[in-house]
Amino acid sequence: MRSLFAFTSGIRTMNSSISSTSSVATELPPRDLKRSASSFLLWAIILGLLAWSWEGADMRPMALFENSGNMVDFADGFFPPDFLMWKMYVEEMWITIQIAIWGTALSIVCSIPFGILCSENIVPVWVYQPVRRLMDSFRAINEMVFAMLFVVAVGLGPFAGVLALWIHTTGVLAKLFSEAVEAIDPEPVEGIRATGANALQEVIFGVIPQVLPLWISYSLYRFESNVRSATVLGIVGAGGIGMVLWEYIRGFYYAETAAVMIIIIISVSLLDMASQRLRKLVT
Amino acid sequence: MLVVDISGLNKSFTRDKRALNDVKLQVREGEMVALIGASGSGKSTLIRHIAGLLRGDRDGGKIAVFGETIQENGKISRGARKVRTEIGVVFQQFNLVSRLSVLTNVLMGLLGRVPAWRGSLGLFTKAEKMRAMSALSRVGIDAHASKKARNLSGGQQQRAAIARTITQGARLILADEPIASLDPASSRKVMNTLDRVNREDNVTVIVSLHQVDYAKDYCKRTIAMRDGEVVFDGPSSELTPQFLQELYGEHSSELFADGAAVSTKPVAKPIAEKDLAVATS
Ligand SMILES: Nc1ncnc2c1ncn2[C@@H]1O[C@H](COP(=O)(O)OP(=O)(O)O)[C@@H](O)[C@H]1O
Ligand SMILES: [Mg+2]
Repeated sequence: MRSLFAFTSGIRTMNSSISSTSSVATELPPRDLKRSASSFLLWAIILGLLAWSWEGADMRPMALFENSGNMVDFADGFFPPDFLMWKMYVEEMWITIQIAIWGTALSIVCSIPFGILCSENIVPVWVYQPVRRLMDSFRAINEMVFAMLFVVAVGLGPFAGVLALWIHTTGVLAKLFSEAVEAIDPEPVEGIRATGANALQEVIFGVIPQVLPLWISYSLYRFESNVRSATVLGIVGAGGIGMVLWEYIRGFYYAETAAVMIIIIISVSLLDMASQRLRKLVT
Repeated sequence: MLVVDISGLNKSFTRDKRALNDVKLQVREGEMVALIGASGSGKSTLIRHIAGLLRGDRDGGKIAVFGETIQENGKISRGARKVRTEIGVVFQQFNLVSRLSVLTNVLMGLLGRVPAWRGSLGLFTKAEKMRAMSALSRVGIDAHASKKARNLSGGQQQRAAIARTITQGARLILADEPIASLDPASSRKVMNTLDRVNREDNVTVIVSLHQVDYAKDYCKRTIAMRDGEVVFDGPSSELTPQFLQELYGEHSSELFADGAAVSTKPVAKPIAEKDLAVATS
C-alpha cells in the first residue's frame, strides 16, 4: 500500500518536471561578480604568501646550478653504496621497527580512552574540551623534540624513542579516533541504552563495533609513519638506524650512508605495502 | 495496574513550537495500544520520552512507568536506568549494532540485568545464551543467530530487535514505527510477533504506526496525535475513514496510503499458530 502511494506521488513529480523543462533555456546565467572577485582575492593571497616567505626561506634556486660541480662530486661519493656492514644495518633497522611497534601499541591503548573523551557526541563539553587541548599539545610537539627530552630523562637508546612516539602518536590517534566516533550512527547506541545498559557498555557495544575498522586502519597508517619517524629518532640519540645514519653523515662516509638509506627505503616500502594490504582487508 | 502514566507532558525543541503539548495518557497492563498520526505529529518524540531517552521541558510534567517516575519536569530521575530494564524499545531503523552477530545483539538485552563487569566484557553464561536463542526461535529467526545483524533483511532485523526485548524480560515494549520501512509481508510478521508477545507474555505494547489499517487489525485501542497533541484516545473500531478525515483533514490520505483500500480491507484477523509458522520462514 505504501509503495502504491509512493508510485502515484512519483507520477505527480514526473508531470511537474516535464512541464518545467518544456521551455528551453536561451540565456547563460549572469556572471557572478562576487564569486570572481573572491577567487581573484584568493589567488592574490596565495601569491602574496609565497612572496612574503621567499626571503625568510632563503630561496636561492641559482645555488643549485652555480654549485653544480660540487653537487656532482657530492653525489659521486654515494656510489657505489658500501654494504660491507649490512648485518649491522639490518639489525638496527629491526630495532627501529621494534621502536615503532611499541610506540604505536602504547599510543593505541591510550588513544582509545582519550579518543572517546574527545568526542562531543559521547562526553559533555567540560570533558572533551580540556582533553582535546591536551591532545593538541601532544600533537603540536614533534616526536624529535619529545625524543630529545626523553633522552635526557631516561638516557640514550631506543626506550627514549618509544616514549617519544608514544606521546606524539597518542595526540594524533586520539584525534583521528574521536573523528570516527563523532561520525557514528546514534541509533544502535540508543538501542543499547534502551536496554538499561550503563554508559561504558554503550561505548563498548554501541560505539566501538562501529568504529573498529576505521580505528584499525588509522592505527596501521600511524604505524607506517612511525617507522619512518623512528628512522630519524636516532639522530638525537633515541636509538635505531638513525644513530648509524647520523654517524656516517657526520663522518662524510657517503658510500655507507647510501647503503643505510637503501636499507631504510626497502624496509619502509615493504612495511607500507604490507600495512596497506591489511588496511584494505579491514575496511 | 498502570504501566504508563503521563501527565502534562510538554516538549519544545525550538522556542516557537511545541513538539508535545500537554500530553496526558494512561496505559494499563496487558494492553496493546496503537499510536497513530501523520509524520511530524510527535509519535517518536513521545515514545522516546517514555523510554527516558529524551527529557521534557522544565514545566514538562511527569512520566511514570510501572509506578516509578522516569522523568519529571525535564529531569530524568535517578531510578530511570532501573526502570529502563523493564522497557524494551524497538525502533524504526532497527537500532541493532550491524557488525555484531544477531545473537550478540539479542544478548545485549541482558546488559541491564547481569553484573556490570560481566556485561561489559560480553561474558554471558550458557543459560543466558540459551535464553537469547529461545527468544530468537520464538520470533522465528534462530537459524540466523550467528550472522551479522546487517546481513539480515529489514523484517528479520526488526524481529531480532523484538527478541532483544524478550531476552531483556521487558514488561513494556515501545515500538516506534517498527514496520515503516518494511514490505507488507514482513510488516505482518513483525506485527504478529508483537501481538504474540503481548498475548502470551502479557507484555504491554505501545506501537506507533504510520498506517491506520494496521492499528485497526492489531490494537483494540488507538491514540491519535496531531501537532504534538493527543486528539483521539479510544477504541480502534471508532476509526472510520470519515472520522479520520475529520481528524486529520488534508493529511488523511497520507495516513491511509490508499484511502479507498481501508473500507474494502478484510477486517482484523486473530493471529493463529499457522501464521506464525509463516513467520518463521
Ligand atoms: N531532535 C530534534 N530536534 C528538533 N526538532 C525535532 C527533533 N525531533 C523531532 N523534532 C520535531 O518534533 C516534531 C515531532 O517529530 P516526531 O516525534 O519525529 O514525529 P513523528 O514520529 O510523529 O513523525 C516534528 O516537528 C519534528 O520536526
Ligand atoms: Mg517518527
